[in-house]
Amino acid sequence: MDFNTILQLFDSAVRLSTPLLLACLAGLYSERSGIFDIGLEGKMLAGAFAAGAMSAYAGMPVTEGGLGMTWGMAWMGALAAVAVSIVLALIHGFASITLRGNQLISGVAINFFAAGSTVLIGQYWFQSGGQTPPLRGAQRFEAITLPFAKTLEGVPILGPTYHDLISGHNALVYMALLAVPLTWWLLFRTRFGLRLRAVGESPEAVDTAGISVVRQRYVAVLIAGVLCGLAGAYLSLGTSAAGFVKDMSAGKGFIALAALIFAKWQPKSALFACLLFGFLEAIGNRYQSIDLGAFVVPVQFMQALPYILTVVILAGFIGKAIPPAAGGEPYVKER
Amino acid sequence: MSVETQKQRQPETAAPVAPAIELIGVSKSFGPVQANKDIDMTVAKGAIHGIVGENGAGKSTLMSILYGFYKADAGEIKIDGVTIEITDSHAAIAAGIGMVHQHFMLVKPFTVLENVIMGAEGGPLLRPSLNKARKILAELAVEYELDVDPDAIVGELSVGFQQRVEILKALYREADILILDEPTGVLTPAEADHLFRILQNLKEQGKTIVLITHKLREIMAVTDTVSVMRRGQMTATVKTSETSASELADLMVGRHVTLEVEKNPPNVGETVLEVKNLCKTDGQGVKKLKDISLQLKAGEILGVAGVAGNGQSDLLEILSGINSATSGEVLMRGESIDLTHKASAAMRRERGIGHVPEDRHALGLVMPFQTWENAVLGYHNNPEFSGKFGLADHKAMMEDAKRKIEKFDIRPTNPHLLAMNYSGGNQQKIVIAREIENNPDVLLVGQPTRGVDIGAIEFIHKQIVALRDQGKAVLLISVELEEVLALSDRIIVMFDGVIQGERMPKETNEQELGMLMAGIDPEASA
Repeated sequence: MDFNTILQLFDSAVRLSTPLLLACLAGLYSERSGIFDIGLEGKMLAGAFAAGAMSAYAGMPVTEGGLGMTWGMAWMGALAAVAVSIVLALIHGFASITLRGNQLISGVAINFFAAGSTVLIGQYWFQSGGQTPPLRGAQRFEAITLPFAKTLEGVPILGPTYHDLISGHNALVYMALLAVPLTWWLLFRTRFGLRLRAVGESPEAVDTAGISVVRQRYVAVLIAGVLCGLAGAYLSLGTSAAGFVKDMSAGKGFIALAALIFAKWQPKSALFACLLFGFLEAIGNRYQSIDLGAFVVPVQFMQALPYILTVVILAGFIGKAIPPAAGGEPYVKER
Repeated sequence: MSVETQKQRQPETAAPVAPAIELIGVSKSFGPVQANKDIDMTVAKGAIHGIVGENGAGKSTLMSILYGFYKADAGEIKIDGVTIEITDSHAAIAAGIGMVHQHFMLVKPFTVLENVIMGAEGGPLLRPSLNKARKILAELAVEYELDVDPDAIVGELSVGFQQRVEILKALYREADILILDEPTGVLTPAEADHLFRILQNLKEQGKTIVLITHKLREIMAVTDTVSVMRRGQMTATVKTSETSASELADLMVGRHVTLEVEKNPPNVGETVLEVKNLCKTDGQGVKKLKDISLQLKAGEILGVAGVAGNGQSDLLEILSGINSATSGEVLMRGESIDLTHKASAAMRRERGIGHVPEDRHALGLVMPFQTWENAVLGYHNNPEFSGKFGLADHKAMMEDAKRKIEKFDIRPTNPHLLAMNYSGGNQQKIVIAREIENNPDVLLVGQPTRGVDIGAIEFIHKQIVALRDQGKAVLLISVELEEVLALSDRIIVMFDGVIQGERMPKETNEQELGMLMAGIDPEASA
């Protein structure tokens, strides 16, 4: 395997892990506050559709009933994705925080709702089997070339690494990567983070300290909504898909959940867990089948790798992952 | 207010110092249940004030109102002479009220510092608040004998230290009034003594302390004044120096009760149950029991003292057939009994071993079942309850339940009432009635009076003594040292899975047992 191939694999891993990372961090905020969120998948999917639809609408000529924008359509799309995802997050919050309902059921409901409604509305608006029209140019998030990428390209090893791996991704990739240290800082260095972690471990302690449990949890769920929306926008506007396709989240929300458990709810570990999943997916995409001499590893196996790892992780092969103590339980004041 | 009335009132307001807490006509009901009825209470500044009352008397509700957990339906709260509205915990903290809850309100994976600052951070960034708290904690440690490692993880501290963190939390918020709800329930006697020293210190510094407890000994030892609550009402407030434990007990129950257990000297027979070298290692590899050997004789009550979690529960579970042993042997009348995982509670009962479990809610009763069902539970296959065609004889069970209800004074007397609708004392009576009435040779009793009111405690103790007087053997496990001392004919103390010592109740005292409970052998160290 030559250096270039390795670079390309890593580059691809970064791209593929971006939506996982955004969703994983979304889950981290939510679960750290004590709200389990298996609706990451649904929020992502709804976000992807909203982004695709809004971007298409914004870029459509005025004569065809669109907004006729020539730049910033992708950002309009991302905004729409975030808005839709927040609405779903608030529904989850209302069900599980205010109404103290079952968080798993609420999450499942959101997943089903997103899977069905995106196709239904997509078909109604665009009449192409639930897909949005193909997006081009500023309707998508375009690659950003970091300064000096071209000049440094000639430098051995470092040049190509900088040019191919570090530079040349779109804005959402960099946002996701920056969100990791930001999340760490918020969680462990600020008052907000202290209260967020506390409310997931011991809501009664938070309550008796004179802090609102409900408010703290809503804020966490809201942040999860924003991050899931961005993850969705990345799927439809930041990948080669160039638009929304039915069920395009393809279980990424669940893989993000597995990565979250794998990372034991730590932001830095979440980055590495998501990169690992992204890397496995990259290998699966690149090597359709691997000839080991004695037998050939079939392509289906390679593509199934991330999902197999998910099962392995969830089955507890990574040692004991202790979730936030109050996770999944509605807070009822009693005495 | 006119000038004239102001003049008139002046002597009153200028009178010594306004009381720290003044409750006027506070009432609170939950649906049809009136938890607090027209409560008046005054606590002087710098006093330690005790509130005693049975479970469900309304003590905790009253304090929850004061701490803003509940809002009173009616009434007025004055702090330092000023009427205030306590809408939530935040308002209570602002009014200078701190509370140490019975179940600690701590975030276990956090450090002491993080727990202390939470809710009183002082700024959006943690670092300055942590530094400030570190400094203040060091000062408080010196001032009040409250040293705790500020960087320790709270979940790894002993309960005594966790309680200190709770007190530190309140002091860090500059509380002038400290409410402690059943603070000694989880402490060893030595830890409790330390707590009382801290409270005295706080009092000397001018803090006002409200101590809620059902332990009259503590009230007598540390309080200046004491209020008694019964059925939601404040029935008396007296100076501690002018009352006695037995008078307070009568006030709590509303009739005369005896705190001492009256019993004749034991008529000890031969060994019924013999435990030899019993060991238990749990699933996590923790050694819960290390080579336990003991003999239980007919006609005696063998008390097992110890702080919760030192192996007593494991011993009880193995003897009662709920759990298996790792190694060792148990002989019942010379014949060995099954200690593997194949053993069951039913097999033990066939051998004549009855069991009153430590946790009656989890193991003693089926809470949504009716009394007559709970009263035969585990004995429902007995021949007297088998009717025609192998069906249960409903009529026999019902008559049996009625008999138990009468004999054990279970109230209400309705055999169709659900277990969950009884008070703790009456629930416990159902369990005890079931086990004693089946006439066991050995009765294993765990925490017989946990969460049971004084009147019922008296009754339950009498029943246990009566069983022993019939020549039965009783193994009593209790974390209440007073109870072990009062009931037992012989006492063993468990610490960290071993029997730390054996004493006769007449030849020992709480101090000595307390040291054994903490793993110190007074004879060895002397």
